Amino acid sequence: MKVTFPHMGYLYVCVKGLLEYLDIEVILPPPTSKRTLTLGTKYGPEFACMPLKLNLGNMIEASELGADTLIMIGGCGPCRFGYYAQVEYAILKDLGYHYNMVVLEPPDKHISELTTRIRKITGNKSWVQVIKAIRFAYQKSRAVDEVELMSFKIRPRELVLGETDRALAKAIKEIDNAASPQQLQLALLRSKDIMNSVAIDPNRPVIKIALIGEIYTLLDPFSNLNIERHLGRLGVEVDRSIYLSEWINDHLFMGLLKGIRSTKEYCQSAAPFLNHFVGGHGLETIGSVSVYAKRGYHGAIQLFPFTCMPEIVAQSILPKVGDALAMPVMTLIVDEHSGEAGMITRLEAFVDLLTRKREFKAN
Amino acid sequence: MSVKVGIPRALLYYYYYPLWKDFFESLGCEVVLSDKSNKGILDSGIKNTVDEACLPVKLAFGHVKNLADKPVDYIFIPRLVSVAYKEYICPKFLGFPDMARQNIVGLPAVIDTTISFMRKRHNVDQAYKQLGKKFSGNPIKVRQAYHKGLRALAKYNQLLLKGHLPEEAMSIMYDRSAKASQVKPCGDLNIAIIGHPYNIYDPYISMNIIKRLQSMGVVVVTPDHLSEDEVRHQAGRLPKKLFWTLGQRMIGAGYHYAESEDIDGIIHIAAFGCGPDSMTGELIERNIRGSTKLPFLNLTLDEHTGEAGVITRLEAFLDMVRWKNSPKKQFIS
Repeated sequence: MKVTFPHMGYLYVCVKGLLEYLDIEVILPPPTSKRTLTLGTKYGPEFACMPLKLNLGNMIEASELGADTLIMIGGCGPCRFGYYAQVEYAILKDLGYHYNMVVLEPPDKHISELTTRIRKITGNKSWVQVIKAIRFAYQKSRAVDEVELMSFKIRPRELVLGETDRALAKAIKEIDNAASPQQLQLALLRSKDIMNSVAIDPNRPVIKIALIGEIYTLLDPFSNLNIERHLGRLGVEVDRSIYLSEWINDHLFMGLLKGIRSTKEYCQSAAPFLNHFVGGHGLETIGSVSVYAKRGYHGAIQLFPFTCMPEIVAQSILPKVGDALAMPVMTLIVDEHSGEAGMITRLEAFVDLLTRKREFKAN
Repeated sequence: MSVKVGIPRALLYYYYYPLWKDFFESLGCEVVLSDKSNKGILDSGIKNTVDEACLPVKLAFGHVKNLADKPVDYIFIPRLVSVAYKEYICPKFLGFPDMARQNIVGLPAVIDTTISFMRKRHNVDQAYKQLGKKFSGNPIKVRQAYHKGLRALAKYNQLLLKGHLPEEAMSIMYDRSAKASQVKPCGDLNIAIIGHPYNIYDPYISMNIIKRLQSMGVVVVTPDHLSEDEVRHQAGRLPKKLFWTLGQRMIGAGYHYAESEDIDGIIHIAAFGCGPDSMTGELIERNIRGSTKLPFLNLTLDEHTGEAGVITRLEAFLDMVRWKNSPKKQFIS
């Protein structure tokens, strides 16, 4: 059995860690590329959102490398993501890629539905071992997030252009290579050292922008055209409204772990602008604006894939929220036609605007 | 003077209007409908929404604006979370009251009662009870109004099952003089039109597709001519239960008509930017192309109405269906 799963930013570090901890052979899809997107666009439904197309491309490319079992996450609506796996499976089957698909989603009737599905992958490993593996994967996601958070602070202040990106790649590699919780602890220390070795100017003034919106485009640098990197180079310190570990804790552990960041705060801050959840992260998007405004951020950028339904609801309400809180908000929509140059121009204009606004306030 | 409650002629108007009308009228309100869709309404909707919104939402914004200008005392924009147990409609329906409130200037009081079957049916009775309180202090009167509404809805659904289209069914129910003029359309082809009610029945954005087909000698059937049980039974063939109620209807009807003997072709109508349509359309098309030889046409509607293009495609499609049906076809080429 050669297991694969679609990419979403650094998700692979965490899922690969989990599977390899259980001695399951993993075939990672090649890093998402232009080819991945072209394949997905060619075979996917035209008006499906971009994550579906990228998933599909990842699956085709992984199949070419010999993967035969596919793990997908599901859901129960109202966002389209909950039905991705079934549509993708139908398309792959028609194309002649035969996968054994295992969809992990909230069970319809009984918890046993989920456990039998997990059993399909884990085989005869004991549940204790499975739980240990899940904990290990979670620790990996925490480690990745910690390093990424450091990069957000370091990048706008780096002295040598591109140094942070090189350090980040190295640091992630360290975490990725750790095969046990003990190794992971050491790896995290090493990767923090790597990040700290980047030369910075701590006194450089920076603009702070919050990236909010849809989870896939926020977490996946390919789909968001490396927005964090571009903003960092423009001297912007960013923060994301969603982190992988936080999402795992909120959705898979049902908020079991206390004392770490949670999206609950965002949901509570959405009223009176949006008074009901709308699927996906629409409610969080609205709420996060007021949270970031309180934290002293200068602006926010909403990111989502073209035709994403929950985010369109949020988008149509965001200008009002921004006005009420005096927080400039820009919306960026990505799809297979998005170009990096066009995005950079818009980012530059937005950062200029925020800088001017801050100077104006200071005088 | 009675209180005027405005109901936009959009979104689930084609499913629930009889219920809402009888409910409000029994409580002594005057129900005001927005005008029939036209270019002005769509344009004002487009002006008031974000570009990325789907066509039906843009149109619905136009209808709400139209009511706001009428003027009315209240606009009824229920938050339709879910109309069946453990199912949803679409994220945009969940957020629609807030979208409208934040974007349309000069909106009268909005009634945005949440209607959700998500957990259980009981919630809905509760929702109407709450809603009725606004207009009557007498809970028995509210209850009676709700049941009167339900009876009207049941009658309406019966008419649909008999093969009437929503507009006809409503004119049978509310317009006595129209009763006599009802003639059942006849034609040589049976074509199923699969699409959301607010797309296919709205004569303006669908470019009057149903009437147009009827004038070309086609008997049109839609998902709403099928019983709930049949639709759900067919949709049950999916590998996983679909969580959109309207999507189930599309898929169930698609599967049903794909198998039925007397259907000559299927037209799937999607709105530009509709999320569920992009998935259900794909599944229906794959099913039809995979297991049948039924002619299938996919039409996407948007606000850039190009009637000529649509007519050409319909004509070509019907020609193809007729040619396929003609006994002489083996002699051609």
